[in-house]
Amino acid sequence: MAHFEKANSLNEWLDQRIGLNTLKKVLNTEYWIPKDINFLWAMGMVLAATFGLLVISGIFLLMYYKPDTNLAFDSVNYTIMSEVGYGWLWRHIHGVGASIVFLIIYIHMFTGIYYGSYKRGRELIWLSGMALFVAFSAEAFSGYMLPWGQMSYWAGMVITNLFSGGSLEAYGLVEWIRGDYVPGDAFLTRFFMLHVLLIPLVIIGLIVLHFGTLRLPHVNNQEGADIDFKEAAELYKAGKKKESKVIPFSPVFLSKDVFVMGVYFILFFYLVFYNFDFAMDPVNFDPADGLKTPAHIYPEWYFLWSYEILRPFGKDAGLIAFGIAQIALFFLPFIDRSPNVAPAHKRGLFVVWFWVLVIDMIVLTAMGKLPPTDPTFALIGEIAAWTFLALGPVLVLITMFEKKIGKGA
Amino acid sequence: MRELKIAAVVVAFSLLTYYLVEPYAHHEMHKKVDAQGVEIKVESHGFTYDGSDDVLEAERKGDAALAQKKKAFWAEVAEVSKLKGDAAAGEAGFALCLGCHTGTGTNMGGVVPPSLDHAGKIYDKNYLIALLKDPAMASNVDHKYADTMMHPMGSIKSMMSDNQQIADVVAYMLEKKAAEVTPKEAYTEACMRCHALRYANMTQLGETPAFKQEKEALAYKIKVLDEQDAIKAYMGKLPPDLSMIIRARGEHFMETFIENPQSQLAGTSMPRVGLNHEGYEKVKEYLTEVGDPSKKARENLGPWVIGFFVLFALLAFLWKKYQWRELH
Repeated sequence: MAHFEKANSLNEWLDQRIGLNTLKKVLNTEYWIPKDINFLWAMGMVLAATFGLLVISGIFLLMYYKPDTNLAFDSVNYTIMSEVGYGWLWRHIHGVGASIVFLIIYIHMFTGIYYGSYKRGRELIWLSGMALFVAFSAEAFSGYMLPWGQMSYWAGMVITNLFSGGSLEAYGLVEWIRGDYVPGDAFLTRFFMLHVLLIPLVIIGLIVLHFGTLRLPHVNNQEGADIDFKEAAELYKAGKKKESKVIPFSPVFLSKDVFVMGVYFILFFYLVFYNFDFAMDPVNFDPADGLKTPAHIYPEWYFLWSYEILRPFGKDAGLIAFGIAQIALFFLPFIDRSPNVAPAHKRGLFVVWFWVLVIDMIVLTAMGKLPPTDPTFALIGEIAAWTFLALGPVLVLITMFEKKIGKGA
Repeated sequence: MRELKIAAVVVAFSLLTYYLVEPYAHHEMHKKVDAQGVEIKVESHGFTYDGSDDVLEAERKGDAALAQKKKAFWAEVAEVSKLKGDAAAGEAGFALCLGCHTGTGTNMGGVVPPSLDHAGKIYDKNYLIALLKDPAMASNVDHKYADTMMHPMGSIKSMMSDNQQIADVVAYMLEKKAAEVTPKEAYTEACMRCHALRYANMTQLGETPAFKQEKEALAYKIKVLDEQDAIKAYMGKLPPDLSMIIRARGEHFMETFIENPQSQLAGTSMPRVGLNHEGYEKVKEYLTEVGDPSKKARENLGPWVIGFFVLFALLAFLWKKYQWRELH
């Protein structure tokens, strides 16, 4: 057993036992971040903070929520909204947070794509991030079932129906997932379990992995410059802060993060108090009714782009296209054949590809909500869906012929 | 500055997406078009009633005869509206109304005739005149009856056929039945006989009393179920509970729907209620109290929380400046 001296302070006591000082260095004061970054680099911490808010508000809601088809709607809309002190606040934070977290995820993802932060040692950052995106999607969907309103019920119906596999007609699988022929009590309680236990556990594990994958390759920078972190760190520690290309995570990088978070929370709470309908769909304030299909069934905004890839095609082709869309982004580090790690505007055609991707996903998002009965919308949606599917092969081609950029920036 | 340019791009794309999936998509989804595909703008008329919507609806259906009939009907309403009503003379006529509008919650012909205690306060004058002339036409549910005499209140036509008498009765209501009304009373008189409000412990029979014995509670529940069956038989389906309606429908929908249910839900069996602007505001206030009770607290707390984060961001900005002072 290791030899233990009498500790003179709590800090020392803890340091002897869990290596507190080493831990601080590794995670904070000597975790080096490039200096050449902009506010988009703060999105990771913004996401962590939003996830924290979702967990805390979720815990408060969990104390009064009742996962029972007869009680769920009223436990949310009556008990939590009118009887529990500040229940409305926690619910609005949870509802708005669940929606806005996806806005930040998309900004975070597009930032990674723009600056090429998924290549040369950073592949696992991208892959674990995509896994987080999938886990968050599952978390969002399962949570959407819980208030048991009209949209909960019918979204649950439509999405679980996808598992019938089109012409495979695997209705047995659909029933197995639902635990019933239609969404009912068994359905609600299992999605409740997924939402409050299993998926959050997976998310927390993935967040740890995501942070872990970041430690060795380090965070990318605005120019994609290949920094010698060891050398730069020595410069910084020697007091040559101006010359050094890096800064420590804490407190220097963190001070910027916290400022960005402050600005973000102004917007966030403006939405919580004054503009929440986009995140808490009015239709879901009608209780679930299996005999009354709403005039328009649409997913929350963050699922619309993939929903629209499903819609314009026939039953089977649509499912296949939808399946491809779900996993396509995972492959980004491998279909981008260019060795360049650089911002898109320095990578020739890649910058065009990037903005086409952004605009195409926005068009898909819009068309996913607009009624497909309008032939113009249906046509635009179909073109956008084909464009999305074509963007993968196109990326392989343009990156194969991309000119190599000299090292450094 | 580069950061601000990037921020502008991010904000612009976020707002564009928001505009497309929220205001624009919802407008497109709820757009109403006529047979020729021309968009029909559903607009509120400030809770006044002249039948112009009803005539337009008939014209859109291509039913010229019906449109003509409605035009004539509302023209006559306008004529009666010009007559000077004598409240004292109207008292006797109003006594006829009380024959059915007893306030005891007895179902007659499908629904409970509502209490008229604040009729002059919450309903529009022209609407009241129209209702006394022809209830089905006034409520814009004449499509439900082959002969509008079949309306539960249809017999009024044989009881009050003189325009001056109608003007007098309406004058009586506007003068004598116009005391201050609470939001709850407005809801009770205008909506409750069809719509339950479970978050306020209300059914179609009013507020559910507390019972000492379970037997009594069950007996009362049976009474409620019987009432609901009667309404169902008359309306085609049980009108929805309105506990959360204030969150489930937008302001524009509520206004236009309550003013003229047909404008949003063509063919619905819900009658036009005829609320005036004050009546609507009272009903809305009550529905907000029940369905969105945190609205006031939300609006009071909002500025403090946002103010806190403004201060937080300012302090964080200073801290960032301080931490980065030696870096460039």
